[in-house]
Amino acid sequence: MEKCGADILVKCLETEGVDVVFGYPGGAVLAIYDALYDADIRHILVRHEQGAAHAADGYARATGRPGVCIATSGPGATNLVTGLATAYMDSVPVVAFTGQVATSWIGKDSFQEADITGITMPITKHNYLVKSTEDLPRVIKEAFYIATTGRPGPVLVDLPKDVSIGKCEFEYPSSVDLPGYKPTYEGHPKQVKELAKAITASSRPVLYVGGGVIWSGASDVLRELAELCDIPVTTTLTALGAFPTAHRLSLGMLGMHGTGYANLSVNECDLLIAVGARFDDRVIGDPRTFAPNAKVAHIDIDPAEIGKNVRYDIPIVGDARTVLESLIPQLSPMKRPEWLAQIAQWKKEWPLKYPRYADGIAPQYVIEQISDLTGGEAIVTTEVGQNQMWTAQFYKFKNARSFISSAGLGTMGFGFPAAIGAQIGRPDSLVIDIAGDGSFQMNIQELGTAVQYKLPVKVVILNNGYLGMVRQWQAMFHDKRYSSTALDYNPDFVAVAEAYGAKGIRVETEDEVRPSLERAFAEPGPVVVDVKVSREANVFPMVPPNMPISRMIRGDES
Amino acid sequence: MKRTLSVLVNNRSGVLARVASLFSRRGYNIESIAVGVTDDPEVSRMTIQVIADEATFEQITKQLHKLIDVIKISDITSDERVDRELALIRISADSSNRSDILQVVGIFRAKIVDVAEKSIIVEVTGDEGKIDAFVQLARPYGIIEIVRTGKVSMVRGSK
Ligand SMILES: Cc1ncc(C[n+]2csc(CCOP(=O)(O)OP(=O)(O)O)c2C)c(N)n1
Ligand SMILES: [Mg+2]
Repeated sequence: MEKCGADILVKCLETEGVDVVFGYPGGAVLAIYDALYDADIRHILVRHEQGAAHAADGYARATGRPGVCIATSGPGATNLVTGLATAYMDSVPVVAFTGQVATSWIGKDSFQEADITGITMPITKHNYLVKSTEDLPRVIKEAFYIATTGRPGPVLVDLPKDVSIGKCEFEYPSSVDLPGYKPTYEGHPKQVKELAKAITASSRPVLYVGGGVIWSGASDVLRELAELCDIPVTTTLTALGAFPTAHRLSLGMLGMHGTGYANLSVNECDLLIAVGARFDDRVIGDPRTFAPNAKVAHIDIDPAEIGKNVRYDIPIVGDARTVLESLIPQLSPMKRPEWLAQIAQWKKEWPLKYPRYADGIAPQYVIEQISDLTGGEAIVTTEVGQNQMWTAQFYKFKNARSFISSAGLGTMGFGFPAAIGAQIGRPDSLVIDIAGDGSFQMNIQELGTAVQYKLPVKVVILNNGYLGMVRQWQAMFHDKRYSSTALDYNPDFVAVAEAYGAKGIRVETEDEVRPSLERAFAEPGPVVVDVKVSREANVFPMVPPNMPISRMIRGDES
Repeated sequence: MKRTLSVLVNNRSGVLARVASLFSRRGYNIESIAVGVTDDPEVSRMTIQVIADEATFEQITKQLHKLIDVIKISDITSDERVDRELALIRISADSSNRSDILQVVGIFRAKIVDVAEKSIIVEVTGDEGKIDAFVQLARPYGIIEIVRTGKVSMVRGSK
């Protein structure tokens, strides 16, 4: 049967199993919104397109399914850009649809024309400008296939107005034909065997795992491997939750604000097994001195990650889960009492701790209380800055897909719309955005979305009255010259929440923290908890940029 | 070190932009790039020359592979191959030196493709070295303008 492009889009989305899209209408997507009007797909109206991209991203990270967002041409499309770059850096499957001026008007500086495929070329896994309605089913099929297979990533599809209005016969292709795109899932058997030998020969191995472990669903096999061969595990920011924080083999996060024991273990290990991780500069510090005594094995589905930043000895291109599954049968149980005793010693010498602050509540305490109250079972998103690093350090994660944060791009304003997306994807979970007072204001308008759709997301603001992380760097590296980092004109967040129709709770003393959080978590709707925390608390330990990660500042030296 | 890549890509609009954007974004240097359609109208071949050390070169090929429109990459740097480039060179020439120039053109088996009152256009084909040598010899007469295509290459022998 003949269908118009917009109806074809909706049909394709339904066939892909998309049940929700996040978006914002406009002239170039009128036909698409008309088709959505009576479709079986839920449309969530955000208050800014950036919110749509982050919500789609949060939805994807929380569920493992692709997140979908829609924006109109020109400013609608450019408002998606930060969200797409965020998803790209953290390898999140997001499919974005943008309206475009009619094909006959492209290139003429038409009203609300922006070259969004040109703009997003370096921040998407792939993108398309669809030139005729006939191409639409194939392109949408490919877009979802590319976004969700191999190393996941965002894909953008630009839809000129005449393409969404134009009609053609509709048939959804059952397969894709992409000769230039063939991800490798199985690790090379010879290399896997090599790794098994290395693990058996090693006396001080460390597993260094990244977001790839979450995307390939490898948490359980990772745990099996770690327990089988007594290998301690450190995770990157994106992989928090892939291995339980409280496990005896857990080292927590490594890197700039990683735990002392994770960084020292990596520094002293004789075998580093990187799984789905990309040796980011915030993780490795100085690349020349990273894991200086180790043989490096690197398992990654993206061959370009292997050797990009750090040398390697055993390269294995493949899917984390598939590779670990083929590795485990080649190993026998091992015990490493000496290595683990050494690590236990480091854990004693480098506990995660914080002082009492004279001027207010310790932000770390707030996170400990959230962790305790939720039993580590909530879905936690964060904004960017100190709030993010303290959450990484002090929340005790239990499950994969329970921590959602903009790691690679470090996008302030990500956490709240991502929490909205996560809540929609997992309606029965408690979803909490641990926020900074600066970051929250970057997408505070999404309170409107949370209220409209009765989403019970909780925002806990660690309100220090500063762009805290930047202030910390100014304190440490610029003689405390606090240039433009004080937030002296913050709004009354409780009043803002209430103006939107959400609930607001203010917390000013330590003993109010726990009962206020309990109250907030019990509320059926969105709540903003504004916690006045110490103004100049810093995140420690800290590795100064480009330094060996063994050179940590403890924070208690005077 | 100078290296040559022969890359098969989908013959679609925007593919050259994707490759160029990749090189500029990641800070790789393109020495030259030549693109043309193959015997299959859906597929184009790019001949790309880069200057890169071993590690950077490995990254360049791996990153190129990630482009969905890139079908196949061959590193033909150390293959026996035929390299060709074409240059059009406008040289100032009048009756006093035209015959001298003609001699040089003859030695290089180049061609005169246009003659005007005060200048001629010469077409030279060959590998980079030959074109550089011709430019060197023509320089004293006064080169007004040069247009070079960038190198195309083909591996020798039966495939
Ligand atoms: C969009 C964006 N702009 C600027 C920055 C730089 N930046 C990193 S952390 C930070 C401060 C964040 O302040 P706040 O949200 O209050 O968090 P805090 O560090 O105080 O917990 C800034 C400005 C960023 N990461 N993202
Ligand atoms: Mg702050």
